[in-house]
Amino acid sequence: MIKQTTLHIKNIRIIDPYTDRDTTGEIKVEDGVFVEEFTQDIERTIDGRGLIAFPGLIDAHAHLREPGEEYKEDIISGTRSAAKGGITKICTMPNTKPVCDDPTLIRYQIDQAENHGFASVLPLGALTKGQKGLELAEIGLMAEAGAVGFSDDGQPVATADMMQKGMRYAAMFDRVVASHCEDPSLAKGGVMNEGYVSTELGLRGIPSTAEDIMVAREIALAEYHDLPVHICHVSTARAVSMIRQAKREGIKVSAETCPQYFSLTEEAVYGYNTHAKCNPPLRTEADRQAIIAGLKDDTIDIIASDHAPHHEDEKDLEFSLANNGMIGFETLWPLSFTELVQPGHLSLMAALKKLTLEPAKCYHQATAGIQPGQPADLVIFDPEAETIYRVKESLSKSRNSPFDGQALSGEILMTLWKGRISYDKLR
Amino acid sequence: MKHLQSKDLLGIKHLASGEIELILETAATMKHILSAPTKKTAHLQGKSIICFFLENSTRTRLSFELAAKYLGATSSNISGSGSSVAKGENLYDTAKTIDMMGTDMLIMRHPQSGAHEFIADKVSASIINAGDGMHEHPTQALLDAFTMKEEKGQIEGLKVAIAGDILHSRVVRSNIWTLTKLGAEVRVTGPATMLPRLIEQTPAIVCHDVKEACYEADVIMGLRVQLERQQAALFPSIREYARFFAIDEAVLKLAKPDAIIMHPGPCNHGVEMPTYIHEHERSVIHDQVMNGVAVRMAVLYLLNARRNLQ
Repeated sequence: MIKQTTLHIKNIRIIDPYTDRDTTGEIKVEDGVFVEEFTQDIERTIDGRGLIAFPGLIDAHAHLREPGEEYKEDIISGTRSAAKGGITKICTMPNTKPVCDDPTLIRYQIDQAENHGFASVLPLGALTKGQKGLELAEIGLMAEAGAVGFSDDGQPVATADMMQKGMRYAAMFDRVVASHCEDPSLAKGGVMNEGYVSTELGLRGIPSTAEDIMVAREIALAEYHDLPVHICHVSTARAVSMIRQAKREGIKVSAETCPQYFSLTEEAVYGYNTHAKCNPPLRTEADRQAIIAGLKDDTIDIIASDHAPHHEDEKDLEFSLANNGMIGFETLWPLSFTELVQPGHLSLMAALKKLTLEPAKCYHQATAGIQPGQPADLVIFDPEAETIYRVKESLSKSRNSPFDGQALSGEILMTLWKGRISYDKLR
Repeated sequence: MKHLQSKDLLGIKHLASGEIELILETAATMKHILSAPTKKTAHLQGKSIICFFLENSTRTRLSFELAAKYLGATSSNISGSGSSVAKGENLYDTAKTIDMMGTDMLIMRHPQSGAHEFIADKVSASIINAGDGMHEHPTQALLDAFTMKEEKGQIEGLKVAIAGDILHSRVVRSNIWTLTKLGAEVRVTGPATMLPRLIEQTPAIVCHDVKEACYEADVIMGLRVQLERQQAALFPSIREYARFFAIDEAVLKLAKPDAIIMHPGPCNHGVEMPTYIHEHERSVIHDQVMNGVAVRMAVLYLLNARRNLQ
């Protein structure tokens, strides 16, 4: 376990979405928490002029592959990569091997991260046993073991009945169900967005309706039962407009999207680029604009990475045979800053809320922020830096990113996780 | 234009119209060789050409192999079953293995769209696309264009109707690019369930039915309908397909009096067209086969010339 530090950061702009604070001042960290005054010798002092401090980011949607596919990623490598991306808490999806549908696995993932990792893991358990959609998993026992939510991510819950049972049952334990919205009959065999590009390339398409129809279903179930539902990785314009309407009507729906859906379109697939293959697929420019609009008016609450590491043997293939997904921890905030904050779509505060306060609310995490006595989860960020993303420098075990070579604004210089330096570029 | 720009022939989309014209002009020369009493030439003497077909084929595979032989090359065949592909070897390893045996050109048919683009820059051999998934089948479109040019004198201004399973057809995609680059009008039609999304955003014109597509047409082309598509609920029955989309005498009457009938083969007689249309005096389906050899000779010849430039 990395050790706690005693750290004094001076003259730094502090943006705290939990308390709506944007001031310049100093931050003191000791014994893993923020403090008013030091009681020990200061180990390190940082001059924060020109830099910004904000709370550690919470990534609401990621795959760490442990147990079972450690050749792609494991909890140590994954949390190390997350720390480089300013992330201190990672909500993990249950599609490990075996499927995380058991309290022992929940406990293992949490403990492995706490004892050997560089960020906290907040596991989601499978909603149904083996993600098969047939029987409820042991939701209560997993909640007791620390599962923050439930999902059959990647294996959409095919029947509305199983979904409503999961929502009702999980609500007993105050847990939300996160839905990967994809109608299997419409998505069947598809490998990219169905549209002009799929027609030209001769690839089977996944229509936007595959997502829209299941978003409509989840909204209807949420309204009928007056229960919350969380819509994962929204990628379509119609899904955004349905979620917007549902929120206006007071339905308890929350939604996330990922940088790829506000940064890229289906055109990234040209050349049969398997790094641009993900599920849901990259959509059209109209969808991308709708996602940005949904982020601006808070229809979409959360920005998550959907970090999905795959080995090059699973990506350097004929397009249809390649796996879905891209790594994303280290580009989550830089892309949000570059694509949303820099062009003026979101203020720094608004963008950071979608990476801190909103995921904290969705998955019931502390929302006190940078306050004395609170765990010192903190990021030091240089907003003026200009960098080029080099995937070979990623701390993930995998290299599957469509953003290799992309110019990014801003740079994360240091991450503190519970008062421990989990990433350090300042030294 | 004197040379092809790329070492490979992956599709028509990225060819310049001058390159297409160069291939068609060269094919006319090659056709003389085919018609000569002695078909052997020395243009590709000492060159090694491999036909690697992962899907069934009669016309394309044999015409490529004969084209290579008529030009004096050494050619060999390898297929999926009986090769290490059946043992699960991946495409890169298979292609690299073929490449390392002194192969100059690798002619491949593969069920995955984009398979050729995937390996083209990983091997030194020229990759020739003999059909990839639902993407492209460039030499089919080139032989179609060659046949039209032979019959009609030029491509520019022709109205070409293509009817059938547009969704799954790599032939239609290559034909859209080839013919529109050369100035023809391409109309496509088929059951609504067999039209790919936003096909209207290609240069092709989408027609509601076969009659509309064939009205005043210079060329009518049927596309093979794979009968197993019926089980995928893309059309209700063979007889219903034939009733609404077959090219028959009534459809033919709507076209120009000198319209020609084409089909890439293999044909389901009585589905895409009745046998009497297939064998009609205006059918050039059998000419397409012969022209296929000439066009493929031209492609091999020109790619070899391109390799000699390097």
